Amino acid sequence: MITLRDVRKSYEDEVTIGPVDLQIPTGGITALVGPNGAGKSTLLTMIGRLLGMDDGAIEIAGYDVASTASKDLARIVSILRQENHFITRLTVRQLVGFGRFPYSKGRLTQHCEDTISKAIDFLELTELEHRYLDQLSGGQRQRAYVAMVLCQETDHVLLDEPLNNLDMKHSVQMMRHLKRAATELDRTIIVVLHDINFAGRYADHICAVKDGRVVEFGTPATIMTDEVLTRVFDTEVQVIDGPNGALAVYY
Amino acid sequence: MAEATITRPDRRTPPASGRTTSAFGTPRAHRRYRITLAVLIVLAVGFGFGLLAWDNPMPVGSDGFWRIARMRATSVLVMAIVAICQATATVSFQTATNNRIITPSIMGFESLYVAIQTAAIYFLGVSGLVALTGLPQFVMQVAVMVGLSLLLYGWLLSGRYANLQVMLLVGIIIGGGLGSVSTFMQRLLTPSDFDILTARLFGSVSNADPDYFPVAIPLCVAAAVALWLRARRLNVLTLGRDATNNLGLDHRSEIMKVLFGVSLLMATSTALVGPMTFLGFLVATLAYQISGSADHRHIFPVAILTCFVVLSGAYFIMRNVFYAQGVVSIIIELVGGSVFLVVLLRKGRL
Ligand SMILES: Nc1ncnc2c1ncn2[C@@H]1O[C@H](COP(=O)(O)OP(=O)(O)OP(=O)(O)O)[C@@H](O)[C@H]1O
Ligand SMILES: [Mg+2]
Repeated sequence: MITLRDVRKSYEDEVTIGPVDLQIPTGGITALVGPNGAGKSTLLTMIGRLLGMDDGAIEIAGYDVASTASKDLARIVSILRQENHFITRLTVRQLVGFGRFPYSKGRLTQHCEDTISKAIDFLELTELEHRYLDQLSGGQRQRAYVAMVLCQETDHVLLDEPLNNLDMKHSVQMMRHLKRAATELDRTIIVVLHDINFAGRYADHICAVKDGRVVEFGTPATIMTDEVLTRVFDTEVQVIDGPNGALAVYY
Repeated sequence: MAEATITRPDRRTPPASGRTTSAFGTPRAHRRYRITLAVLIVLAVGFGFGLLAWDNPMPVGSDGFWRIARMRATSVLVMAIVAICQATATVSFQTATNNRIITPSIMGFESLYVAIQTAAIYFLGVSGLVALTGLPQFVMQVAVMVGLSLLLYGWLLSGRYANLQVMLLVGIIIGGGLGSVSTFMQRLLTPSDFDILTARLFGSVSNADPDYFPVAIPLCVAAAVALWLRARRLNVLTLGRDATNNLGLDHRSEIMKVLFGVSLLMATSTALVGPMTFLGFLVATLAYQISGSADHRHIFPVAILTCFVVLSGAYFIMRNVFYAQGVVSIIIELVGGSVFLVVLLRKGRL
């Protein structure tokens, strides 16, 4: 369970995020959706303690994010940001291995190696594990980053737009991987998505953010309606019945 | 065909049980690293011994031989100190700032050294330079340099808008400002004073005084060991701020500790031998190229050995081939710069 109480953040004077009060239940995938600049990344990075908040409190599984030691939090929550550029020359396996740092402090044990292999296999990177990151396509690299945070074996995983750079096939695969991670590995996954239809199909809960505030929170069935989506995205949206559930049409 | 498949196992996917994470991309890279290290050690020992023994008028092993060798040993020791300082400091600094094309000397260490030397001769005449030699003065110079950089890091990295790029920029600007003040004072010196000053401003092993060793060696060793012990944390720092924090390391405090070590090393080296602007950058870049690993535990030894080989090699050649050991920093920049360009152009990446 992740709890946000009266969380606020202001950038300069004009942009204010919050106040946000939110409870994200344990288990499953929660999708954060909303227009550009709504504050999704800001909320996510504050939950992942990469960004300090100005006011309020965030608790993850009972641990207060502001007061819990960072090294302890690293075993509870992991976060992947929207943009990543690691300048060093690393192989996929080395990168994924960094996910073990909170446990091994850099000295990999056999258990670590097994976990690394599992994370690599989980994201179907087995063939690529000894490739350098700069020899991968954007989408493959994106999967390697996700493998790294899964390798951290935290109950809570925060991902900012993991479908960035992914084509149709790999977007679907990534969402299936995440779904499997949520069900098979019992992770609580919070993911920022731009395609509302992916959220509708794969998420267990959808949280809609607009102008720095949470405007809707609920199951896909309650969010995927003409009225709600039109209001959240400021765009005429029609929801129709697709072969696999509700489908939002906006063009 | 069936036999062929059996006798030639698929190399690309090793069996799941034997999968390990090596600091090297391939076993071949690992082998190459060991060979590189061995070659560097041989070269370092060779040049070091060459500097001690070559052209020694006494027969090897005699009393006179050792007396002359002992005198020369001072400069070999200085080179070792400088190599440890410059190589460790530059590699760590580049990691802390996540930037492979800068060197800690731009943070004002060298301009401060130049300014101190110039001010001394400007205000006190030649006697001022003399007044700057001695152990207390050496300690004072190191303290001033470390103090200034800590002030800079502390001020710029602990505020609300803590920003590494701003810190670098301010460091460069302070360096530039101090440089112009020094240039201005140098204009007003008499030609003879200026001549004496110039000799001090070229980084040279002969600037070092053995009296400084009791302070310089412990400082250098302590700071270098501290950074070596943090090698695994430095590896994480290369991933950048957010990934570092995500893995449970406090990025800001890690950076501060690393920069403190860097400033100790740079101050010691600069106060000992003077500016060596290009050396650290050169050896750090070469070390990354030839070590084939991104792990600091492998880069540090290669960088230090490379630095010692470059320094001692340059001295050896200048002394025994060109009979001109005063201009070693020039040869390092010329030869080193060319090697650097060649390696870079051949590999095509940093
Ligand atoms: N470092 C910053 N300084 C000032 N303003 C910022 C900063 N980061 C974000 N903002 C502002 O805060 C608001 C929320 O930004 P945020 O990145 O959280 O949006 P987002 O919902 O993730 O958008 P996107 O979908 O484009 O990624 C935006 O108006 C943005 O301009
Ligand atoms: Mg965003």
